[in-house]
Amino acid sequence: MSATAEETPSAAPSTTPGNPILEVENLRMYFPVKSSGLVRRTVGHVQAVDGVSFQVEKGTSLGLVGESGCGKSTTGRMVTRLYQPTGGAIRFEGKDIAQTKPGDLKPIRREIQMIFQDPYTSLNPRHTVGAIVGAPLAIHKVVPRDKILPRVQELLEVVGLNPEHYNRYPHEFSGGQRQRIGIARSLTLQPKLLVADEPVSALDVSIQAQVVNLLQDVQKEFGISFLFIAHDLAIVRHFCPEVAVMYLGKIVEIADRDTLYERPHHPYTQALLSAVPDVKQAAIGGRRERIRLQGDVPSPINPPSGCRFRTRCQFAQEICAKVEPPLLQIGPRHKVACHFAGELGAHPATPVTMDVCGVDAQGSPVPGATPVEQLNKPGFDDRWYDLKTQQFTGR
Amino acid sequence: MTLPATDLETHAAPPVEGEATVTKVVGRSPMQLAIMRFRKDKLSMIAFAVVAIYFLGALAAPFLVHFGVLDPNTPHNTGKDNLLDEFTLPKGSWGGISWHHWLGVEPGIGRDVLSRVWYGVTFSLVIALSATIITVGLGAIFGIIAGASRGLVDSAIGRLIDLILSFPQTLMLLALSPLFIAILTDKLHVPDGDKANGLYVILILGFFGWPYVARIVRGQVLSIREREFIEAAKLMGASRMRLYFKEILPNLWAPLLVSFTITMPTYISAEAALNYLGVGIKPPTPTLGNVLTGSINYSQNDFFFFFFPAFLIMVIVVSFNLLGDGLRDALDPKGHR
Repeated sequence: MSATAEETPSAAPSTTPGNPILEVENLRMYFPVKSSGLVRRTVGHVQAVDGVSFQVEKGTSLGLVGESGCGKSTTGRMVTRLYQPTGGAIRFEGKDIAQTKPGDLKPIRREIQMIFQDPYTSLNPRHTVGAIVGAPLAIHKVVPRDKILPRVQELLEVVGLNPEHYNRYPHEFSGGQRQRIGIARSLTLQPKLLVADEPVSALDVSIQAQVVNLLQDVQKEFGISFLFIAHDLAIVRHFCPEVAVMYLGKIVEIADRDTLYERPHHPYTQALLSAVPDVKQAAIGGRRERIRLQGDVPSPINPPSGCRFRTRCQFAQEICAKVEPPLLQIGPRHKVACHFAGELGAHPATPVTMDVCGVDAQGSPVPGATPVEQLNKPGFDDRWYDLKTQQFTGR
Repeated sequence: MTLPATDLETHAAPPVEGEATVTKVVGRSPMQLAIMRFRKDKLSMIAFAVVAIYFLGALAAPFLVHFGVLDPNTPHNTGKDNLLDEFTLPKGSWGGISWHHWLGVEPGIGRDVLSRVWYGVTFSLVIALSATIITVGLGAIFGIIAGASRGLVDSAIGRLIDLILSFPQTLMLLALSPLFIAILTDKLHVPDGDKANGLYVILILGFFGWPYVARIVRGQVLSIREREFIEAAKLMGASRMRLYFKEILPNLWAPLLVSFTITMPTYISAEAALNYLGVGIKPPTPTLGNVLTGSINYSQNDFFFFFFPAFLIMVIVVSFNLLGDGLRDALDPKGHR
């Protein structure tokens, strides 16, 4: 559906093309760090997620990738409201649920469900499969008690399990089967949005494909939208038409699948993709050059000023420490947060964001220049900043 | 688009009764599996049998006393019925064992030893069982509250536990015994004598015992609450009560059961020890503790009078400990071997 929106420029100047089911704007999650001792004062904050904006369109999937600790799982847990965000908005079908009180969340629980990473801890070992899958029905009282079992068996069939196994316990199943049980549970309430938090990373590679295909079938059959969190770039490419890359609590690049994998513009995305082994190249003996990042990820308690990636970035200059790069739209469905955004090997020598931020090449504010407002919006605009002409253009 | 809820009936009609029994797939719960493992463990099964015999005997004793089969209180030290010699020790060998008195008679006034220890088991088990129930119950409640709430409540309970454990328990319960028994009888109208004394022992053991269980339970809750199925339950919109009692509590049965079987024998011997120190049910009502206490003075002259209550205590304590070990192995097969 995104492709059609691009090809036929719509007459109505809508700021949100397509039909977003979930819009996340400037979402922040700070975990307090308490001092030890009797009086536990807050001595700092882990800025796990710091100003993240994206949108998920109805019936499609957005992939969220990044290394461990970059805040992608935290983002997922905020969207499902397991965590209460420190700030920002989560608009689900237009309604902001970011600060809804835990007591009022029950209707939202039916719409947004989650698939967990570890199928060994996500199922209560003391409950039967029937009890696990049927629990949402019992809690929300959507069907009468005697209708729960047939419904559970139906769901088990949907996810490819034997419906007669409803009275078995989780320990009697393999990892892949357990993950199917978890998927069945998440489907019980017929949700509109599924947050899949690394749904296959705990499984054998041979099982991963089966589960991903099951998720695709489920998506096709029931029209469920996915926020697909993973660190496996290949699976995200397979599953998600749109992908966002996170680094240290921020989205550094977000684009449709082909753009992101073929023409990444952010140095971090490029480094990430260069780390993926390529079977074809290995077969012909050729080797891509790997971009090796130096050092460790900085602490999210005290992140670097300006661009958070600058401490490990080979293109970093003075401006990167002074000015935080905005998540700038540089194509119809492509946003990147880098002062020196460019394709691999073609990074510009001067910052591309000078006009947008109203600064000179060293990052000092230019008197009289006004920075472009509101760059941290979810979704894509009809106008974007063309890197070649350094002008805003539209379609 | 959505799951077809309308054709539920046609899709998955409940199978016919006869069919269901044929194709039924049996799922075994972790508890059933634990019982199966436990059954294979011979030593534990013996221990379980011994414990069961004690409990059955304890249940039967009041009836046997009522119908005169057991007679713990009739002295045999006068006239034709005198079974004691001039030093008030039992006549005959082995502590006066005879057809009428299978374990002999007591020195001093000549009461039947079998009746006294058998009936004593009843009172000892009542005290130990009540105290253990209080201990494990309080421990479970405080442990779940502390582990589940964390924060201020958790610290408060943690400090309370530290405080109770730092009491000089034995000294306190000896020193406070007259005061508290007076409160029990005067304020709470507990009948004076055995009931007040026994209740005092139960309460004091329970009060000083629960912190150990609470600590174990708290640790378990802390590890369970971080697992993803708790988050999954929250995501379903489960209430707090459902989280505690349907999701967390079923995972606590194993540690609670083991705590129970480990606490029980310590309380049986604690009752005996306290009795020696003068706290607890006093004769003529027998408990294993006061029979043993009474026999200690005769341990040189009439060894068998000392031997039987001591042996009964030893057997039940060892059996309970073996039972606890066996249960732990059966409930947590990863722990050993």
